[in-house]
Amino acid sequence: MEFQLSCPIPKSEYEKVLLAHGGGGTLTHQLISKMFLNQFGNEYLNELHDGAIFEISGNKFAFTTDSYVVNPIFFPGGNIGELAINGTVNDLAVCGAKPLFISAGFIIEEGLEIEELWQIVLSMKKAADEAGVMIVTGDTKVVEKGKGDKIFINTSGIGLVYEGLEISPKKVKSGDVIIINGRIAEHGIAIMSEREGLEFETKIKSDTAPLNGLVEDILKVSNKISVMRDPTRGGLASALNEIASSANVKIEIYEKEIPVSEEVMGACEILGLDPLYIANEGKILVFVDESDAEKVLDAMKKNPHGKESRIIGKVIEEGLSLVTMKTLIGSTRIVDMISGEQLPRIC
Amino acid sequence: MKYLSEFRNPEAAQNLALKIKEVTKRNWTIMEVCGGQTHSILKYNIDELLPDKIRLIHGPGCPVCVTSLEMIDKAIEIASQPDVIFTSFGDMLRVPGSKLDLLSVKANGGDVRMVYSPLDAVKIAQSNPDKKVVFFAVGFETTAPANGMSVLRAKELGLKNYSILCSHVLVPPAIEALMSGFNSSINGFLAAGHVCTVMGYEEYLPLAEKYKIPIVVTGFEPIDILQGILKCVTLLEEGKNIVENQYSRVVRKEGNLAAKEVIKKVFEITDRKWRGIGLIPKSGLKLKDEFSDFDAEKIFDIKNLQVDEPEVCIAGEVLQGLKLPIECPAFGKECTPENPLGAPMVSSEGACAAYFHYKKVKIN
Repeated sequence: MEFQLSCPIPKSEYEKVLLAHGGGGTLTHQLISKMFLNQFGNEYLNELHDGAIFEISGNKFAFTTDSYVVNPIFFPGGNIGELAINGTVNDLAVCGAKPLFISAGFIIEEGLEIEELWQIVLSMKKAADEAGVMIVTGDTKVVEKGKGDKIFINTSGIGLVYEGLEISPKKVKSGDVIIINGRIAEHGIAIMSEREGLEFETKIKSDTAPLNGLVEDILKVSNKISVMRDPTRGGLASALNEIASSANVKIEIYEKEIPVSEEVMGACEILGLDPLYIANEGKILVFVDESDAEKVLDAMKKNPHGKESRIIGKVIEEGLSLVTMKTLIGSTRIVDMISGEQLPRIC
Repeated sequence: MKYLSEFRNPEAAQNLALKIKEVTKRNWTIMEVCGGQTHSILKYNIDELLPDKIRLIHGPGCPVCVTSLEMIDKAIEIASQPDVIFTSFGDMLRVPGSKLDLLSVKANGGDVRMVYSPLDAVKIAQSNPDKKVVFFAVGFETTAPANGMSVLRAKELGLKNYSILCSHVLVPPAIEALMSGFNSSINGFLAAGHVCTVMGYEEYLPLAEKYKIPIVVTGFEPIDILQGILKCVTLLEEGKNIVENQYSRVVRKEGNLAAKEVIKKVFEITDRKWRGIGLIPKSGLKLKDEFSDFDAEKIFDIKNLQVDEPEVCIAGEVLQGLKLPIECPAFGKECTPENPLGAPMVSSEGACAAYFHYKKVKIN
């Protein structure tokens, strides 16, 4: 690709980076496609999978990275440390890889309580043990007070792809069934309620969890998995739109099958937010050939992280990149990629 | 939550759709006033369940959409000042002013904060005595009581650093303005449930009589809207120009007296400019003189604003129900939720944004 000196994102549209550029929606995708892919594009990156898959001496590896900038750093159901481990473990798992090694880069703001850092470190150790990964390298930087947000953590991970396994959005085809392992939007609402001081009657907890065990159970019973994806930032709707777009398929989901807890539904109603667009941390979407769907569903239900697994939709057409939803009242509507950050409504 | 799922019940929706088909004999155009209803109609694709004879058009009931460009530019000007903490409800942050929006002010270093309640803005003022804290008080009658309460609370606390940029608008004068226009094709209205929760619906009785239109106070869930449409069509077919209340589980004829009392205490009626529509007499609320110490327009005397509305944007016609968003030449091209030319493409309650998100395929 030719090196361009001028920015491919027209300056008239955005002179500065906005928070919405990191929201996981259309603006994030614009940054990725027009800026990052424009210059960094190669056969691995262009796959736009959760991690790059490459081969060395006959073995296939998955390599991924993610940064964690969550505020508050402690929230109902977890903290930034276990999130950083689970997130990278899950990115490797959905690539069909057994997570092996993780790096941890800490950017710490001057003034962070040592006790808080200790709690974070302990929970990282616990999460790594649970996922069966080792933290093998790292980095520590301390920035001046006011120049960070208590602590940012970057984790990268390497995993070994299960033998003979090839999963990619490009394998998704008409007839594939879509399964999710439980209730959506819990992480996003847990963070929001803590950050904004919103008090709901029931404490909603983050769903952060390592999913590599669940993925192993899935792969044991089926070799007909097209793709897996953890619908984190941007929520279920963005993950489905990404897959629909990569695979160029039409996906239909069923509103009545999408698991949302009453507490989350209530919070979303109050705030005017759509749970389809709210972040998850312990959820996985599995696209599987319909002949293996029940088998996979049963295997998922037997795993503690998949007890509430449900079939929520199907790939119904090829050659058209679109996500639609059969609504509760029987009509059909489009489920679009979110435009920016979801903002609570006025009334 | 059972209470909510009952109002999204598929069998009930299908039954109502069937009844609407049975009742409808002639062509009718019905306007839903509220942006929340517009959003629900598009989100559940309620059009799909209705007979072709019924045309739903979308009214000026999105508070974000109708806040005047001058007011947005004033907000941006105030928020850009170094000693100010500017607070607002979330969906106001993205509305384009003449040149910027509030999120861009934030990206440029301004202290712009999203709050869930004006009382949170008062708390920010309490804990930041060296800053001037301004709350952008927009919305219909629905948000006015809480915004008024924030002023009363700030006064009670003796705060000298809290003010509101008041841009409240009122629904009945907007209905009056739409109906008195030459080109109104509206046969009936679904009135906004939330507004009536506060104000009741006594104000709608003379409007129904004067303009010979049925008005049905309607809620926001799909079953609410289908029930509202059924009531409205039935009244139209029977030639009855009266006000009915579909949202009786929440709305009383006289409204919420305590909330109305706060509005009366703090605000007075004023002429108000509506974005895309123009000046509507006696269609807004402003702070009474006795609260002028809390009036951001008086504290920050901003003049000589150059206000420029993009020429191609037909938001005004969309907000008056004269055109559908898809009839705009810029729709989905120059104007998208990422690069909105007009406010209805921004807000979650805006008609253009709802069409963009839920009807893209039909448009394409």
